[in-house]
Amino acid sequence: MTDAGPAPGGAAAGGASAQPLLELCGLGIHFGGLRALSGLDLSVADREIVSIIGPNGAGKTTVFNAITGVYRPSEGQIRLAGDSIGGQPPHRITRRGIARTFQSLRLFLNMTVRENVITATYGATKATPVESMLRLPRARREQREVEAVAEEVLSFFGERLAGYRWDQPAYSLSYANRRRLEIARALATRPRLLLLDEPAAGMNPNETHEVTELIGRLREELALAILVIEHDMHVVEGISDRVVALDHGVKITEGAFHEVANHPAVIEAYLGKDPEALAEA
Amino acid sequence: MPIGVDEWVAQHGDRHDAGTGWRRAAARLDRRVGWWPRLALALLVGLIFGQLASNVNVETVAVNSLIYAILALGLNIAVGWTGLLDLGYVAFFGFGAYGYAIFSSHALGTGGVGGAPLPSIESIPIVLVAAGTFGAAIGMMSLRVSGDYLAIVTLFVGQAFVEFVNNVDPGTLGGVNGLYGLNPIHGFGGQIITPIGYYYFALIVCAVLMGLLHMLDNSRTGRAWKAVREDELAAEAMTIPTGAVKVMAISFGAVVGALAGTIFAAQQDNVFPTNFTANILILIYACLVLGGAGSIAGAVLGGIVVTAGEQMVSSPTDAGYLFYGLIVLALVLKVRPWRMLGAVIAATIALGVVLHAIVGAISSSAVAGSPGSGGWIGSLVSHWVIVPSKAVGYGNVLYILMICMVFALIHVRERYRLALLVPTIYVAACCWESRLIVNPSITAQILIGAILIATMAARPQGLLGSMRVEVV
Repeated sequence: MTDAGPAPGGAAAGGASAQPLLELCGLGIHFGGLRALSGLDLSVADREIVSIIGPNGAGKTTVFNAITGVYRPSEGQIRLAGDSIGGQPPHRITRRGIARTFQSLRLFLNMTVRENVITATYGATKATPVESMLRLPRARREQREVEAVAEEVLSFFGERLAGYRWDQPAYSLSYANRRRLEIARALATRPRLLLLDEPAAGMNPNETHEVTELIGRLREELALAILVIEHDMHVVEGISDRVVALDHGVKITEGAFHEVANHPAVIEAYLGKDPEALAEA
Repeated sequence: MPIGVDEWVAQHGDRHDAGTGWRRAAARLDRRVGWWPRLALALLVGLIFGQLASNVNVETVAVNSLIYAILALGLNIAVGWTGLLDLGYVAFFGFGAYGYAIFSSHALGTGGVGGAPLPSIESIPIVLVAAGTFGAAIGMMSLRVSGDYLAIVTLFVGQAFVEFVNNVDPGTLGGVNGLYGLNPIHGFGGQIITPIGYYYFALIVCAVLMGLLHMLDNSRTGRAWKAVREDELAAEAMTIPTGAVKVMAISFGAVVGALAGTIFAAQQDNVFPTNFTANILILIYACLVLGGAGSIAGAVLGGIVVTAGEQMVSSPTDAGYLFYGLIVLALVLKVRPWRMLGAVIAATIALGVVLHAIVGAISSSAVAGSPGSGGWIGSLVSHWVIVPSKAVGYGNVLYILMICMVFALIHVRERYRLALLVPTIYVAACCWESRLIVNPSITAQILIGAILIATMAARPQGLLGSMRVEVV
């Protein structure tokens, strides 16, 4: 896969070693007067899995949209392996090694499973339309290469996304398989950092458990750093090296799962103030 | 070993192919034959048709069909594959035609640019490159506006083109009089002057284009176009520069449209602003939608069907074949079982004969007119349909009645539908013979509209298109 760079000693140590892979410094996203995000500092080290949690509307997906270039940062810096990537268009950012999935699935529904994955290799191939039309050597070679990439990426999901499905249109897949295909498509861009937006949303307990295992395998076998948005606390607990809690576009706390889960500010963000405490106030 | 659901689904294709009977055999053949034997077969059919074509009229219609097929192929790139509603497409057709006209006539000399007409092997590539650039410039609009807004803005481009050639520099562009006396396509010491020559030229261009577009469809560029159509944000997130890809789609479409324009101008020997109005645009869209947007073979089939259909209506004999042929085809496809089909046809014939006899007995002038159809169809139906001596007013009433009956046919319950079908067919036939066939140019529009409505109701994806799922 991609060059993993200097691997930190322990993944769970949290981006302290050398240079983090992804670094957000004082990131702010403003829509007119609305501050969707403000002053967010966040880092993800190589091979680290970081979860973002927070109630609905906290700005979690906004963080993803800012990192992938869908939104331009209003303030602050986004750095990938030390290079500033803020303000670049999404396709450039993905080519530099950040791939994402979408919370509300955004597959190319009327294309086959295989085509969905191959489409994501656009940035890695160079054949011009004329070369493709005439099937010149470079176009043929690249076609073979991307088909190999597709097989490799889809094989990662084993039986669940088995071979006969590869030539079926994406709309014929089950919900869980669509989520898998989104991850497969993201992997085909050869990322160093994978952003997963609610990978377990809408899945049954069995499938949710598989997602937890899958995320672990993505790190172990593909040496990826992963940033996850997830509401299912079992998943978050099972995968995270570090958890970041957001509310109203501001980071409330950050740390190991149990610290964050029991943090009073996090509980307040999810459940509101303790009524007794309110009465005293 | 018990077979799990996954294995069962996986074997669906094999089970499907394993059956007997001609349908399964056809399905098997359809799966096994690749794209190029099909294309070769289509080319062969085209060549044989060229050999059989006996008169200039048929040959001209055939050339026009192929020009519309090429136009639909070009439109398919932006509309069918990339999902951009480009209503300025006809301007590219006009651009190619006027480009060819300027380079291949003495307009070049009179315009002060100087020089003799260029040979086609030089002028056509120049025009195509210019059209690609023009298309890219128009395509830039897709960076700023999308969806319905893009459609409106590009619609003005088409209008602006017509106004431009109408009004700007009549010395060079000819204004309303157009440009005429163009050189035919020539090069390599030969030239194409007969319609059949243009037929073969257009046929080969069309076949080569189909091959090239098929390659493009299955390349990174083709996949990028379809990804933009499916989900632009996801495409952008998957390393595709969506802006550049959209501009490229409109530009490629412009080149193909301009190519059709050059052939059109050369075979017609002249160009007029009215050749490139919104009517033509709608006709090209009709070709693509009828054939199936997104499908190469569909675009070509649509071009041939719409153009040939329009031409057939203008000849009384052919129009009869088309009209009655479509009715029989629709009945055969839709009415089941076979004895029901037989009953409907028999009842329709009986109804006509009886009504004709009764009306004839009451008033001889009420059946004094002769049906519009010529040939054997005309003599066959002359004692079946009721055509009075003053057919026009009667036909107008029947037309309204026919539309009301078709509406009723759609909305009544299943069990009344067959009963209503018989008089509806009869009224339609009377209307056709007494009124519709008298004005072929208007009837052609009505018929194409009716065919489009019927096709869209029966097959929303078009004749050869594949079903598309929009939202899940």
